[in-house]
Amino acid sequence: MDILIVGCGKAGSILAETLCSEGHNITVMDKDPEVVRDMVDNNDIQGVTGDALIVSDLKEANVDQAHIIIAVTESDEINLMCCLMARKCGARHSIARVRNPIYGEQLVFMREELGVSMMINPEYQTAGAIARMLRYPNALHVETFAKGRMDLAEIKVLPGSILDGLRLMDIRRKLKLHLLVCAVRRGDDVTIPDGSATLLAGDRIYITAMHAELAKLYKEVGDVKSRMRSCIIVGGGRISYYLVRQLLELGFQVKIIEQKQERCDKLAEWFPRAEVIQADGTDQDILLEEGLAGTDALITLTGIDEENIILSLYAKKLGVDKVVTKINRTSLLPISESVGLENVVSPIETTAELILQYVRAKKNSENSNIITLYRLAEDKLEAIEFIVRGGTKFVSKPLSELQLRPGFLIAGVIRGNKRIIPSGADCLKVNDSVVVVTTNRKIASLDEIFQD
Amino acid sequence: MNHKMIFYLTAQIVRAVGILMVFPLIVAGVYGERPSALAFAGVGIGMILLGTVLTLKKPKDTSVFTREGMAVVAVAWIACSFLGALPYFFSGEIPNLADAVFETASGLTTTGSTILTDIESMSKSCLFWRAFTHFIGGMGVLILMLAILPQSDTRTMHLVRAESAGPTAGKLVAKMSSSVRILYGIYIALTLTEMILLLCGGMPFFDAITTAFSTAGTGGFSCRAGSIADYGSAYVDGVVTVFMLLFSVNFTLYFMVVTGKGLQALKNEELHVLLGIAAVATILITGNITSVYGSLLKAFRYASFQVMTIISTAGFATADYTEWPFFSQTILMVLMFVGGCAGSTGGGLKVMRIMVLFKSALKEIRCTLSPRSVVVVKCDGRAVPKEVVHGIGYYFIVFMFLLAVSVLLLGLDGHDVPTTVTAVITCMNNVGPGLNEIGPSGNFAGFSAWAKLLLSADMLLGRLEIYPLLVLFTVRKK
Repeated sequence: MDILIVGCGKAGSILAETLCSEGHNITVMDKDPEVVRDMVDNNDIQGVTGDALIVSDLKEANVDQAHIIIAVTESDEINLMCCLMARKCGARHSIARVRNPIYGEQLVFMREELGVSMMINPEYQTAGAIARMLRYPNALHVETFAKGRMDLAEIKVLPGSILDGLRLMDIRRKLKLHLLVCAVRRGDDVTIPDGSATLLAGDRIYITAMHAELAKLYKEVGDVKSRMRSCIIVGGGRISYYLVRQLLELGFQVKIIEQKQERCDKLAEWFPRAEVIQADGTDQDILLEEGLAGTDALITLTGIDEENIILSLYAKKLGVDKVVTKINRTSLLPISESVGLENVVSPIETTAELILQYVRAKKNSENSNIITLYRLAEDKLEAIEFIVRGGTKFVSKPLSELQLRPGFLIAGVIRGNKRIIPSGADCLKVNDSVVVVTTNRKIASLDEIFQD
Repeated sequence: MNHKMIFYLTAQIVRAVGILMVFPLIVAGVYGERPSALAFAGVGIGMILLGTVLTLKKPKDTSVFTREGMAVVAVAWIACSFLGALPYFFSGEIPNLADAVFETASGLTTTGSTILTDIESMSKSCLFWRAFTHFIGGMGVLILMLAILPQSDTRTMHLVRAESAGPTAGKLVAKMSSSVRILYGIYIALTLTEMILLLCGGMPFFDAITTAFSTAGTGGFSCRAGSIADYGSAYVDGVVTVFMLLFSVNFTLYFMVVTGKGLQALKNEELHVLLGIAAVATILITGNITSVYGSLLKAFRYASFQVMTIISTAGFATADYTEWPFFSQTILMVLMFVGGCAGSTGGGLKVMRIMVLFKSALKEIRCTLSPRSVVVVKCDGRAVPKEVVHGIGYYFIVFMFLLAVSVLLLGLDGHDVPTTVTAVITCMNNVGPGLNEIGPSGNFAGFSAWAKLLLSADMLLGRLEIYPLLVLFTVRKK
């Protein structure tokens, strides 16, 4: 697809790089000629120096040919305006990064009346990601499918836990749980296991199961409390605003530490049920006094990455169960991982990831029956959601009679509102949603996963 | 520097050029030329084998930056100049290796200077290979490789920038592989059109092919000793003149015409300047040589062809201008520096650079007279970035410096001054003929072996625009 990316900041460059490597034709546009030149030098893309709100500049970037325009400049207004102009010039879809929550509330109007296909609020999405982490504290990552009806959780196998040394064919019998191990990541290798595979400590496994079963599994294997009740949030910015709202709905006891008096007043006014502390969140005494040692989770959301990292390390040392670190500068992500911070969120990466999902889905829905496509485990694993159409040979046959090609696995089936974790006796029916997990790229239809 | 990757890419290019030797081999087969056929087959297979063996293992680190891009271009062009010379040598058509290298370098760099004294006695396949090297070199061996084998690596821009002609390089569409394919499409389409038009004018088939290839690369090799003059046809002169002009225009403009932006293409300032210089030079020379030919029309025919052949840096000939008045010869010598537009197959400094140099000189004069005035150098209504203006200035200085050094060295070979000076000018600008001994009716056979290699190096310097070759001589600081 021809994609025009306006704004070559961090998000813009991640998008350009990834989408280009996925084979799209990318044009980037920015005011700064040096940034554009740098991007063009390092990627197989086209660059245009120009203003996002000048029609002749947009036309020079062939906006009329673009399937998707992605506006990720600094300013909400420029992004929205740019999307509107691009749509009028002939771009087919438009995505705008919009931070201001007030604009976000008129999403329906923007989409239906003005034709902006998607608006992304990085802070809101980041807050959502953090809330999911606290909801499933044992999972490293949780992806949702089928509009939230199915979860795929990533779990680490700890030494000495019941999973360590377990053969997959024994899993249902020993744990008495109905769950499916879709993929195993050992070091850098990702495999789709069969029943004879054995789990080892240090593996990361991807599991589908019902919500309730997943919770039971956490209880069996986890080193963290399976249910979190309290948390401390350091920093009271926009992410905190969205996060506190969600956490309070989930029934958490929330404590926010924020330095600015004005902001504290506001937070206290919005969230009477949360405890707002006006203090320096990096002060050790204050953290201890506010009960850092006894809390279930610490979320560091200050504006300074280094402070967040150091605070998180300190909390880990004190033995806080779940520590979530926010990092803005993507260059710090590998560093933070190497010092042992597992739960890191980055608004920029979250934004890029969401846009990538949208683009992939658009691309796939153009010529096949793929609904959504997710890349997991550093892009080594794909989870693809298909709709079963009529007239295919595998419909209504028990799965045990169908031979799957190696490297494919049916992770789940959604029939109406019912979720099925498939076993050999289940069969696929017309209009089912099927989630397939694979390490093999380039499949376009469900037929391709079965052996002839 | 990533030496392994430079090696790997060069090997790929060697293999690609080896495969291209199939074409002269076919010609040799058609005309039943046994020694040439053996030479092309042997060298071709050798290059393919060498290339294949060396590309068996892809380096782990595939990063290519500006420095690597330039080094690949330099190494590949030098390698191709030597390997491409081997068929001439093995077939016995050019028994001296230095001569063969000179002829190949002259072909690939689209210079068109020759050391051959008796062109008609050469085998058809070698004549074809001479013209074909023009065609390959015109667009560039690396761009050819990128068109055939799209690189998975995303930094191909560095390679293209190092090889393409002109101060700035850009892409036509988002993907490099699509861009180079479009370029080659335009290139081949124009070449075929010229071939057909020449055939319509009654030119023999073989001559039409080789002339079209030579024009396409703005090279100048002809398969006749008398060059285009041998055909004695005003129609052929006209077709070649028009196509020399077409091939010295920036190819981006053709892409704009194809995509329906023709009007915008016609407004291109560089094109106007090129046409302007050509028109003025033609009028001046026509006036100057009317007395020689006795008729205004005839004078115009020869003047326009000679002006176009020099400014496009092709280097064909329909008249021996060394017999013209000195004023006309001087004009032609100055035109050698101009060359085609940026992004064309023409050599020389490029019209774009001349334009920017001229404008920035004017700017400096204005600034000297009123020190506080702010003047911006503009091209096509847009400000030229300061770095580009400075880059062009330094390029010009380095170019002239190397030219002076080459003239001094060549002086040791003991030829008269106009011959020595124009030999270097014509080689560095990839034109072809010079003055006196090396005029349209002469050739470079009189130079000694080392002088021929020096001139070959000058041709590569001019074609690759100096910097890639300089990279080879830079010592990396530890």
